[in-house]
Amino acid sequence: MSAKLSLRGVRKRFGDHEVCKGIDLEVAEGEMVCLIGASGSGKSTLLRCMNLLEPIDDGSIWLDGVDISEPGLNRQPVRQKIGIVFQSYNLFPHMTAAENVMLAPRRVKGQTRDALRPRVEALFTRFGLGDRMEHYPDQLSGGQQQRVAIIRALAMQPEIMLFDEITSALDPELVGEVLDVLRDLRAEGMTMVLATHEMGFARELADKVCFLDAGRILEQAPPEALFSNPREPRTKAFLARVL
Amino acid sequence: MADASSQDRAAASSTAPTRRALYEAGVRRRANRIALISTLSVIVAIFVLVPLAPGWEAVQKSFFNGRVFAATFPGLLDAFVLNVMIFAWSAPLIALTGLAIALCRDARAPALFPLRLFGIAYTDIFRGLPVVLVIYIIGFGVPGLGLPRPWNSPYIWGTLALVLVYSAYVAEVIRSGIDSIHQSQRSAAASLGLSDRDTMRYVVLPQAIRNVVPANMNLFIALQKDVALLSFIGPVEVFRQAGVYKSLYANFTPYVGAALIFLALTIPATRYADYLMNKQNKARR
Ligand SMILES: Nc1ncnc2c1ncn2[C@@H]1O[C@H](COP(=O)(O)OP(=O)(O)OP(=O)(O)O)[C@@H](O)[C@H]1O
Ligand SMILES: [Mg+2]
Repeated sequence: MSAKLSLRGVRKRFGDHEVCKGIDLEVAEGEMVCLIGASGSGKSTLLRCMNLLEPIDDGSIWLDGVDISEPGLNRQPVRQKIGIVFQSYNLFPHMTAAENVMLAPRRVKGQTRDALRPRVEALFTRFGLGDRMEHYPDQLSGGQQQRVAIIRALAMQPEIMLFDEITSALDPELVGEVLDVLRDLRAEGMTMVLATHEMGFARELADKVCFLDAGRILEQAPPEALFSNPREPRTKAFLARVL
Repeated sequence: MADASSQDRAAASSTAPTRRALYEAGVRRRANRIALISTLSVIVAIFVLVPLAPGWEAVQKSFFNGRVFAATFPGLLDAFVLNVMIFAWSAPLIALTGLAIALCRDARAPALFPLRLFGIAYTDIFRGLPVVLVIYIIGFGVPGLGLPRPWNSPYIWGTLALVLVYSAYVAEVIRSGIDSIHQSQRSAAASLGLSDRDTMRYVVLPQAIRNVVPANMNLFIALQKDVALLSFIGPVEVFRQAGVYKSLYANFTPYVGAALIFLALTIPATRYADYLMNKQNKARR
C-alpha cells in the first residue's frame, strides 16, 4: 500500500522567497501524476526537488519507503532511479545524440558501447530518430532534441520519470507523438510525474492532477473531478483562464 | 509536378546572382578600390617622406644595412631553433600545469580546501610578478645552490620560470571557461547520476577548453616572445645572438633581423587566433 514516491511537508526556499510551502504528495507505482498551475507556482522546483537536484529545507521525500531527503545521503543512486527531462533539453552540445544517450550508462553503470548499442538503437527508432543518432544537438530541431533528451533519461532505466513541460517546445504533430510514447511508458508500468501547461494532455493521461498555487498543492483529484468540478475558487479561476 | 518546378527555381536562384547580390558586389568592389588607393598613398608617403628626414642616412646604415643583414641572418635563424625548442618543451608543461591549477581552484570538497588555497596563491603570485623577475630569481637563485650537473642548467630553471608564470595565466583562462558553462549542463549530468568528477571530465571541461582555445593561443604567442627573456640567464637564443652580432659588426641590423623572424611566426599565429575567436563569436550569436 505504500507509495512509490511520497512527499511529506516539503519546503523549499530561495533566499527569502519560499517556493514550496509544505507539499504533500503520493505517487503510486505505475501512476501518472500531472502538476498544473500558473507560471512561477513552483512546478519545476518541485520536480527538481524530487530527484534531489535541489536540496529541500524541510519535510521529507520517500522512495520505496526510504527517506531520500536525509541530508548527507549519497544522491547518485537515487538519481539513477529517478530520471528527469527538462523544458530546455539540456543536451551536451559537444557530443552526438548517441554519445549523449550512452554517457551515463557507460560511466555510471559501467556498460560498454557495444552492449548498449542495440538497446539505444531501439530507443532511437521507437522515437523516430533512427537516422539521427550521429547528429550533434545543433544539427537537430528542438523537437528532435527533446526526444533525444527523453531517450537519454530512459537509457538509465529509471523507475520514475519526471517531465518538466517537455512539450512546450514541440511542434503540434510531435506533441501527439510524445503523447503516444508517454502512454507506452505508462502501459509498461512507468511511474511518471509531469509538469504541464497542456490541460488536454493532463485530462487524457493522468491518474491524478495536482493544482499548484503559490507553493501549495491547493487541490488534487482525478482529472475528471478536478477539471469538471473544481472545489477551490482559485482552481476554478485558473482553469477558466487556460481552458 | 509542383515539386519539380520549385526545385528548378531553387536551382536557378543558386546559380544566377540575385539583384541584391549584384548590388552588394558593386558596393564591395567600390569599398575595396577606396581601401587600396588610400593604403597605397600612405605607403608611398612613408617611402618618400621618411628618407627626407635629416638622420635617415645614419639610421639606414646602422639598422637597415643589407651587407650586415646577409652576413648575420643565417646565424640568427640557427639561434632561433633554440627559441623554438624551449617553446616546444615549455608549452605542453604549461598547458598541463595550467589545467591542474584550474582544477585545484575549482575543488569544492572541504578536504581539498588546501588545494584550493594553493591554486589561489599560485595564480595570485605568478600573475603579480614581471616575467623577467621570476626568470632572474629562479634562473640565478636555484643554480646558485651549487647543484651538480645537469641540475645547474639555465635551460631547466629558465623553463621552470616560464612554466610557473604562464601556467598561472592559462589556469585563469581555463577557469573562466569552466565558469562560462551554464549550470543547466551540470544539472543534466547530475540528474543522470554522473559523479562530480565525471561531470567535470566529460561534460564541463571539453566544452570549457574548446571555448578558451583562442584566448590560450594568444597566451602562447606571448610565450613565444618571452622565450627571448631567457637570454638574460644564459641560453644563446636569437635575441642574445643578435646582441653578439651587434657587438661584432658594430651595427643594429641583426636586431631588425631577429624582429623579422619573430614577426614571421607571431603574425600568422595572431591572425589565426583572431579568426578562431571571430568564428566562435559568430557561432554564439
Ligand atoms: N534557482 C533559483 N533561485 C531563485 N529563485 C528561483 C530559482 N528557481 C526558481 N526560482 C523561483 O521560484 C519560483 C517558482 O519557479 P518554478 O520554475 O518552479 O515555477 P514553474 O511553476 O515551473 O513556472 P513555469 O510554468 O514558468 O515553468 C519562481 O518565482 C522563480 O523565480
Ligand atoms: Mg517550470
